[in-house]
Formats: sequence, structure tokens, C-alpha cells
Amino acid sequence: MSFLTIAFAALFYAATLLLVVGLVRRIMLYWKTPAPLKIPTTPAPVTQSGVVMRMFREVVFFESLFKSTKWTWLFGWVFHMALFAVLFRHLRYFTDIQWLMAIVAFVSPLFKYLAFAMIIGLLGLLGRRLFVDRVRYISAPSDYLMLLLLLLIGISGAMTTFVAHTDVVVVKQFFRSLMYFNFGDMPNLPTDPFILVHLFLVALLMIIFPVSKLLHAPGVFFSPTRNQVDNPREQRHVADWARKLEQ
Amino acid sequence: MAKADFEIPELKEYPEVPKVVPGTMAHSQPFIAKPEFQEPLGFPGELPEDWHDKAISAMGDLLGKYRSLQVYLDSCVKCGACTDKCHYYLGTKDPKNMPVGRQDLLRKVYRRYFTFAGKYFPKLVGAEDLTKEVLDDWYSYFHQCSQCRRCSVFCPYGIDTAEISMAAREIMDRIGVGQKYCNEIIGKVYKIGNNLGLPEAALADTLEGLEEDVEEDTGVAVKYPLDVKGADILLVTPSADFFAEPHVDGLIGYGKVFHEAGVSWTLSSKASEAANFGMFIGSYENMRRVSMRIREAALELGVKRIIFGECGHAWRVAYSFLNTLAGPFDFLDPKYPVPQHILEFTWNEIQKGTLNIDKSANDDMVLTFHDSCNVARASRMGPEPGGQFKIPRNVIKAVCNNFYDMAPETIHEKTFCCGGGGGLLTDDLMELRVKGAKPRMEALKNVIEEHGVTNMAAICAICKSQFTKVLPYYGLDMDMIVSVHQLVSNAIILTGQTSEDDDDESADDAA
Repeated sequence: MSFLTIAFAALFYAATLLLVVGLVRRIMLYWKTPAPLKIPTTPAPVTQSGVVMRMFREVVFFESLFKSTKWTWLFGWVFHMALFAVLFRHLRYFTDIQWLMAIVAFVSPLFKYLAFAMIIGLLGLLGRRLFVDRVRYISAPSDYLMLLLLLLIGISGAMTTFVAHTDVVVVKQFFRSLMYFNFGDMPNLPTDPFILVHLFLVALLMIIFPVSKLLHAPGVFFSPTRNQVDNPREQRHVADWARKLEQ
Repeated sequence: MAKADFEIPELKEYPEVPKVVPGTMAHSQPFIAKPEFQEPLGFPGELPEDWHDKAISAMGDLLGKYRSLQVYLDSCVKCGACTDKCHYYLGTKDPKNMPVGRQDLLRKVYRRYFTFAGKYFPKLVGAEDLTKEVLDDWYSYFHQCSQCRRCSVFCPYGIDTAEISMAAREIMDRIGVGQKYCNEIIGKVYKIGNNLGLPEAALADTLEGLEEDVEEDTGVAVKYPLDVKGADILLVTPSADFFAEPHVDGLIGYGKVFHEAGVSWTLSSKASEAANFGMFIGSYENMRRVSMRIREAALELGVKRIIFGECGHAWRVAYSFLNTLAGPFDFLDPKYPVPQHILEFTWNEIQKGTLNIDKSANDDMVLTFHDSCNVARASRMGPEPGGQFKIPRNVIKAVCNNFYDMAPETIHEKTFCCGGGGGLLTDDLMELRVKGAKPRMEALKNVIEEHGVTNMAAICAICKSQFTKVLPYYGLDMDMIVSVHQLVSNAIILTGQTSEDDDDESADDAA
């Protein structure tokens, strides 16, 4: 195995470990922190199934953002949806499940162009950060870097498909060997720069995910204003620390 | 127009989002609470030597107690969706009044002391040490938030600046930096029973006076009872209803509705206040202590139901928190929700046909309705989501012939705050109150010009007081604010009524 291949293998193990441990710890923290009072933003659903629907609309359609600013919604939504479509395509590197691969193969010819939608969405978000004075005011360096990181991931990834084809069979074999700790069959990674940049930046994104604003992804599910049922007159809702005040 | 030593914003036909002008409101700070008003609330009297460490440890404590705070401090992506949504930003142009700008005052300190990125790469993620300057900024700008939650409607993660500003105020209280207005009022509630410090004798006197006035006007002996044991209903209403205009006209209305409905009811001298300023300062303990008075009063008087009068944040605390803070209310009649809003009661009676209503009694007015923020975005009326928008309008339309809503993006859950909520209804914040009212004034002015609206009905004691004070700054008449139950009161023809309601008197007022 080449040094480069070993380095990338180590990098991806480290990145995966940090991502999983970091996210699990954060989610446990959100889970365990009590929500002592009912604070849904009303009008709110009065049933649990209503809350599931509200959350679904929020996560899939970005309902609140749509109410807020149409073009932020447009760029943000296009970026996220394209990202998920492109990620779905990436399943082919990790699994051989027949029916899943059939779907991936079916959508692939179309989905691969969504890389451009993703890049356009990100450029829109970057433009808004640069040109709207209110958004420029609230932006920290990390906000720009995060967009640049995602843009470079998108562009380098698109390059491997549309400009200089990477040997995806080898890449797949590399990740399958990583997944099953099967180092005997691990091939050397292709050395073309686009794939190496792409992989390096993806590992970087995985590492910073649990310590960055990307925590909005799990956070939205724990947001009391969105995930609570509007039933405080019907049910008492007392947190453990608050119950102690009653004694 | 009232005198002012600051610039009064110009009202535009189409609201404009201003360019940011940093620091326009940095000077705005409410008076600090004196030690004797801090201590009864369980807070230190003044800033101690080790305030820095105490503040950080208070932040840690609150992070462990409130999921909202923990999740909201982590989740913001700085998308900007909230930046043009706060009435205080729209009115003052100060970017620290953008919801995200305000949150970041706390978030940058949270990042510095509680997150990996902020500890090791503070510049990169905008983390900062807690310094005296930062604390001063907190004191300025967390007292420029009315906790109206308009930002939380538009945030893709539901981040609610009210939660952040409550936490910030609690941290400040815990290091002896309290706000005079809120903390003095909570102290008065503990000592005398209501925000205004009206003692029992004064209450009894006021209510007697009301009975005389109503009887003189109508010839009917409507009772305004105090501390009546065994009454069915305990009415808890903001103390402003006992003497301020137009609040008291609302109280007269509640009494007429109860009288016609034939129910027995009472006010309580112990729980002579619906407002709960414990919420404004983010203090669960104080909010609970204020709430417990109502439970105790209900038990002592042996009532079967609890009904709240017209007050926005009081209704939030009542609807959303009372059961949690002071419950369970299993000693009350389970047929009724605990508590109920007076509008739920009145709307129910209107539907039953108990009330004899003459809509033409309000023909001298063309009305619009101001949704109060805490009612609109933090509570409900009736069984259906959105009942808090429909029921007040249904009641208004049932007692008035002329009603027009303001523009859709300024009502219902998108309603603009009056500018005086959240513990800011104090003279030392007048500039903020006037500027913060701008978006509401714009919407009001438009509906005046389009539909000839003459009056705006409100269902919150703070809204009513705030509008009475700020309308003149915008060249409008302070008397144009009315209580919803004032309209009901005008239109009810009491059983056995001998004369038209106070037509003569209002003619005198006009002259």
C-alpha cells in the first residue's frame, strides 16, 4: 500500500470516530437536558402526530424559512436537497444491496447533474453573506469557511465526474476495505488531485461537524418551539429539577 | 405631538428594512434594581468581586436546566432569516437588535467557555471573553427585547430569542445586576399582592365605585365582588384593570358578561394580579412563587373555575405554565379547562345566546384588532390551533358592525409587538418603546387611511398602556385604544336595563 493510501485510511477512521462520538455525545446532551416548560411557537399542533407533521414540513420543506425570506429559502433548500441527492448517489461506494443499487443506478444519470444545483445554491448563500449588510454583520470567519469548504467539496467532486474521471471501482474497493477492516484487499487510492482534495475535505467536514454550527442538523429535532405538543392545560409538564421545588 | 429628545421614526406606507447602523441604541439602559429590591427575589444586591466566575457558572447551570438554551446556542447557522423580523431592529437600525445579533451577545460568551471551537479558535468562530463591556452590552440589549417571539416564527430551527434573553436576564440577576422596573414589581406582588401595590382596601373601594357607576348608567346592580368564598369563578386580571384607562372599561365588561351569564364569581385580594413578571426575568422560581398565589386563592375561596382577564403575557403564563408551576388543579371542576380566558367565556355565552347585544352601540367606531404577541405566538384559546386569532375577532364582530384587519403580514402569528412588552414598559426606556412601536404604527396608519379605522382593540394590559403612551408620538390619539370587553360592555343590554349605556358621558368626553 502506498503511504498516501495509508494516510487516507487513517484519516477516515479518525474522522468517522470523531463524527460519531461527537454527534452521539451532543445528541445525548440534548436528549438529557430537560425542557421544563411548554414553549411551542403557536399556533402549534395539539397532537403528537401533528407535531410529527410539523417537524416533517420543517425538515423537508424548510417551512419557517419559506415564511421568512424566499430567496434564502430557495438557495438553502436547493443546496440541501441537491446535497442529499448527491449523497444518495454515493451509496454505491458503500454497499452492494441489490435493490438499493438498482435505485441508485436508475437515478444516477439525473442526480449527477444536481452537483451543479448544489454549487449554485452554495454560491447564492455566499453571495447573500457578502452583499446583504445585515447578514455580513452577523457572519464570523467560520461562516465563510464553512461555505467555502462545502463549495470546494462540491466542485472537486463534480470534477471527478465531469472533467477528469476517477477510477470509481478502485475508490469503492478502498472504502469497502475500510468498512470491513479488510486491509489485505485494500487497493492504492487513485492519485489524481481532484479525488484526493475531495476526500480530504470530506474528512475535514466530518471532523468539524460535531463542534460547529452544523449541529443545526440534530438540533432542529430537539427544538422545543417546534417539537412540543400544545397541550399544557391538559397535561402537567414538570422537569425533575423543577419537581424538587415542590417538596 | 408629545415632546421627545430623540428622533421619532417616520412612518412609511411600505415598511422598509433599514441598513444596519451599529450602536444607535447602546446608550439605552433601564435603571438598575437597588439591593433592597434584589434580595426579596433571592438575588444578590450588587455586583460581587467574583462576578465573572459567578456569571459563567450561572450560565452553566441554566444550560443544564433548559434544553431550549443549549440547543439554541448551538444551532444558529447565521442564515439571516430573523434579521429583518424584530420590531426593535426595524425601529432603531441597531444590528444588536436583530434577533441573531442579540443572541450572539450571549452566544459568543457561551462559545468561549463551553465549546471546543470557542476555547481553541475564538477568533474563527466569533467567541469572546466575558468582560465588563460585554456585561454592559447584555444589560443594554437584553433589555431591548420584549420577548415577543416573532423571530421564532421565522427561524428554520425555531430559535426563540425570548428564551435567550430570559436566560441572560437571569444570569444578570444572579450576579446582582437586576432591572429596577421588573424586580420592584415582583417585590410588590410578594408584599402587597399586585404589581401596582394596591392594598386590599383600595381594591374594595375601586370595585364599589365601579358598581355605583354601572348602576347609575344602566339602572342594574351589577356586582364586582371581592374575596367571596364559595363563588364558582375566580377572576384573575391585571391590576391595571382596576384603575387605568381603557383597561377598567374591560373590567366593567367582564362583570356585565358574568352578570348576564348568571354565574357567581369573585376577585381575590390575594391574587389581585394576573401578570407574572417572573417570566420576564427568566426566573422559574419567581414565576412559580407568583403563580402559587393563584392556587392558594382558589383553594381558600373554594372556587370551581379560574378565568383570566385581558393580558398577554399573563395569559401565556396562565395557559402554558400555570398547570405546570402551580398544579395540579384537580380540586377544580374538571368540566372546564384550567385556566380559561375571559374571551373563551364570553364567546361561549355569545354562541349560547345568553347576551342581549346591540351592535349599533359601537357604531361610532371603526375597529381594527392588535394581536398581542404572547397570546398569538405562545398560547391558544379554544380547542383548535389558531383559536387565539379567531375568538377575539369573533367577539369583536359579534358586538361591532365595522371591523377591518391590518395587513396580513402584521397580524396573527406575524403580529408586531406593541413595543412595550417583556418588562420594558417603563419611562426610562421611552425612546426604545417609541421606536419599537414603529412597525405596528405603520400597519395601523395604513388601515386608518384605507378603511377609516378610528379605534384599535387590544387584549393585553401592557399593549393598552404602551399604545396610550406612544400613539401621541406618532400624531395619533391616545384614546383610540380600546379593550375588547369595553366593546362588549358598550353593546350588552343588561336584563332590566333602564337607559342606553353611557352615551351622554362619551359625548362629554369628546367635547
